[in-house]
Amino acid sequence: MTEATRTGQMLAADGTPLKRSLQRALRAQKLRALMLIAPLLLFIMVTFVAPIADMLFRSVENQIVSDTLPRTAQAIRDWDHNSGEPPSDDVLAAFTIDMIAAVERKQHTRLGTRLNYEQNGLSSLFRKTGRGVGDIGETYRDQFAALDPAWTDPGTWIALFADPSWQADHDAWEAARTAARSAGRPFAEPVPPFRLKDGMAGVLPETADAYLDFARAVQGNRNGDPAARAPWPPVYLALYRDLTAVGVGRIATLDEAAQALLDPAHYAVRGFERADLAALYAGIDRAWSQTTVWATIQTFSARYTPGYFLTAVDLKQTPDGITSQPADQKIYIMLFERTLVMSLTIMGACVLLGYPIAFLLANLPMRTSNLLLILVLLPFWTSLLVRTSAWKVLLQQQGVINDILVWIGIVDNAGRLILINNQTGTIIAMTHILLPFMILPLYSVMKTIPPSYVRAAKSLGATNWTAFWRVYFPQSVPGIGAGCILVFILAIGYYITPELVGGTSGTFISNRIAYHISSSLNWGLAAALGTILLGVVLALYWTYDRLVGIDKVNLG
Amino acid sequence: MTAATDNGFVVFDRVQKSYDGETLVVKDLNLSIGKGEFLTMLGPSGSGKTTCLMMLAGFETATHGEILLDGKPINNIPPHKRGIGMVFQNYALFPHMTVAENLAFPLEVRKFGKSEREEKVQRALEMVQMGAFGGRRPAQLSGGQQQRIALARALVFEPDLVLMDEPLGALDKQLREHMQFEITRLAHNLGITTVYVTHDQTEALTMSDRVAVFNDGRIQQLDAPDVLYEQPVNSFVAQFIGENNTLMGTVKEIENGVALVELDDGEVIDAKPVNVKKPGDRTLVSIRPERVEINKDRLSPNAHLIHAEVLEFIYMGDIYRTRLRVAGNEDFVIKTRNAPDQRRMKPGEHIEIGWLPEDCRALDAPA
Ligand SMILES: Nc1ncnc2c1ncn2[C@@H]1O[C@H](COP(=O)(O)OP(=O)(O)O)[C@@H](O)[C@H]1O
Ligand SMILES: [Mg+2]
Repeated sequence: MTEATRTGQMLAADGTPLKRSLQRALRAQKLRALMLIAPLLLFIMVTFVAPIADMLFRSVENQIVSDTLPRTAQAIRDWDHNSGEPPSDDVLAAFTIDMIAAVERKQHTRLGTRLNYEQNGLSSLFRKTGRGVGDIGETYRDQFAALDPAWTDPGTWIALFADPSWQADHDAWEAARTAARSAGRPFAEPVPPFRLKDGMAGVLPETADAYLDFARAVQGNRNGDPAARAPWPPVYLALYRDLTAVGVGRIATLDEAAQALLDPAHYAVRGFERADLAALYAGIDRAWSQTTVWATIQTFSARYTPGYFLTAVDLKQTPDGITSQPADQKIYIMLFERTLVMSLTIMGACVLLGYPIAFLLANLPMRTSNLLLILVLLPFWTSLLVRTSAWKVLLQQQGVINDILVWIGIVDNAGRLILINNQTGTIIAMTHILLPFMILPLYSVMKTIPPSYVRAAKSLGATNWTAFWRVYFPQSVPGIGAGCILVFILAIGYYITPELVGGTSGTFISNRIAYHISSSLNWGLAAALGTILLGVVLALYWTYDRLVGIDKVNLG
Repeated sequence: MTAATDNGFVVFDRVQKSYDGETLVVKDLNLSIGKGEFLTMLGPSGSGKTTCLMMLAGFETATHGEILLDGKPINNIPPHKRGIGMVFQNYALFPHMTVAENLAFPLEVRKFGKSEREEKVQRALEMVQMGAFGGRRPAQLSGGQQQRIALARALVFEPDLVLMDEPLGALDKQLREHMQFEITRLAHNLGITTVYVTHDQTEALTMSDRVAVFNDGRIQQLDAPDVLYEQPVNSFVAQFIGENNTLMGTVKEIENGVALVELDDGEVIDAKPVNVKKPGDRTLVSIRPERVEINKDRLSPNAHLIHAEVLEFIYMGDIYRTRLRVAGNEDFVIKTRNAPDQRRMKPGEHIEIGWLPEDCRALDAPA
């Protein structure tokens, strides 16, 4: 018994297992092949896989709420929207800091637009609140200032919250700037990124957090210098809240200068006049005193949301769970159904019209069939817009077709047919435009059916019809399948033609998607609709594969 | 009407065919095929064989002339009413049907009942020894098996006439020889009239009762295989069928059925005049390799001998094949049986060869 058979493994001449040396030998080959297709692979990744992945992601992505209102999202989690009460001061304080930071970063309007998809009016509410939120905390600022004017000095805050090393960096930066200014040189060096002093977050958590956000926002906003600006009034609100909550012992852990500043304030805040946050917000807009807005924020503060998908199937996510949209806003299911039914109709019309043409193409003598093929391909050489517009001319009520029908006397002048700006128009124009996609696969399949099959059938006694139906037709079915898949998939996502000749009743789901992408800018919903469309196509493809077998499809 | 039209089962009467209105693909075809006869149309590619078959089957119409089947003109009968079985070169088995469904097809369109259909299908399958294959699809069969099924399908509805267009063209040599035998056996057992098209002369010779040699849209010779081989009537047939040595020359005189031919290098030989008429005609003299004699004792004493130089000697087992230079022709081949008294000739050797005048045929010289 040889070594190889005993171990059950074939060995190459050098003793390595045969499998491994084969793999090694093939690896270089595979690598070379991979390099050849690499440009195409990259192209497909960039232009096909990446956009689809992005679309799938966008359809559930909802980070704008939790990114813009991180403190609120956290604080509001435990609030019960059914209590009838607006959220507590903790939530309002968190919201205030979030909002002022968002305003500084100019993100509150985007957030308003996002939440407006879920509840009308939120867009203007956020804009309005953005203007007013800067005043919240002013009462505390004034009281701190009265206690010690140093509280309005930016330097006080820097000394209290900035890391000493940052302060040193900042001093160096400032010196460089002064030198540059006096020398008349331009100076574009950015402020060193702000760093929080260690330990502050433990003593004054909300203030440290708010001040850090302030410093970052100021820096991010056209490279401002946090050391040159007193904090937003809401930061004083945070300071007040921290000082009312913190014990003396914690303050004692800080350095002396901080203690000297904080101790009197800590003592004084007990006597401060409290600001009623709820009332202040109600003053900005009455909506804040109701629970609905807060409930919406709470519902959509998760990082991922099924909300777009629910909207896309005429449902909506409410604080109380999933409900169906009000009847007047249910349009998407209807649009999906219409798109499917019309695509199937167009597909059927293409089979009926395309089959005889493909048959002629495949069976006429070469010269005639070439001419016919050119006629079939001719539309490809004309712009899609031109073809669609031509249908507008033909199908109008005062158009060529109606004129001819009236002239022949099939319809009378008063009863001219409405052939455009409705489903009929879309079906006619799209059948024409997609017909080549049915004819070409059919033709390529039919050309491969040798005439001897039909001859054999006839010689066996079949009439022309039997020979066609029993022998020719079954063999052309793969072509029908390929054409149907092609036409259907193209039709279901078609956009331009329904837009131009479909009016309102003949538009497709893709027109709605386009609307959300370019007009309402609700990309999440557009992505969800697109994802559903993709899912429908894949599901139909799978069904087709199960019923007919995709390997039977011959695209030529 | 010609005499042939009166008794043939299939009759082509002065049939002409042109596809393009400019050239005749079939020129004046007259052919009468008897009932039960196995007739082969043999000819080079493009000689119009398929066209003739298609006219008979009804897929092409004759441009001129009449085709009669069992005494009735069929020019205006559509193919499916002619009741002619047909085997195509690519078999044309319907790929989407099983073997049994393929066979049942002609019975179905003839409205046979289910049980009768099944019985006939099974019988036909067994006839071609494919009884167990009814459930398969054509793609699951080998070429030879497909061929049998195609044959069974053409016969299952019991036609009086089957047409086969190069049915064995796609098979390898061994299978082809087996199927040749098989087809002839079936045709004779069933007493069916068969028109068989091929460009393979061995096939034609071994299978047929009669062979029609086609060239250029005409039948060059219509005869039984042995006559065709031994007595070709013109140079085309002689050269097309079997191996053949040719020498060019001019007729010097014709006397008592023997022609004296002067070859182009001056040698004079005896030959049998076939279609040369008078002294002075150019002629192509044809001798089969196995009829060339190297043993003077076997020839008549006054026979003309001719000088030859051995160029090549090939040992082929049962026979020796010797290539000679004769009268300037370097491809003159003789075949001798591998018998104990046979000598193996060496290249360079000079010998004298001769033949019986009736084996050497003086034919027309091709243009
Ligand atoms: N459908 C057709 N149209 C035009 N010419 C044809 C057609 N079929 C055959 N021919 C021509 O007729 C001649 C005879 O063809 P065919 O009958 O197929 O010959 P064979 O079967 O002996 O090879 C050829 O020159 C061929 O080019
Ligand atoms: Mg042929």
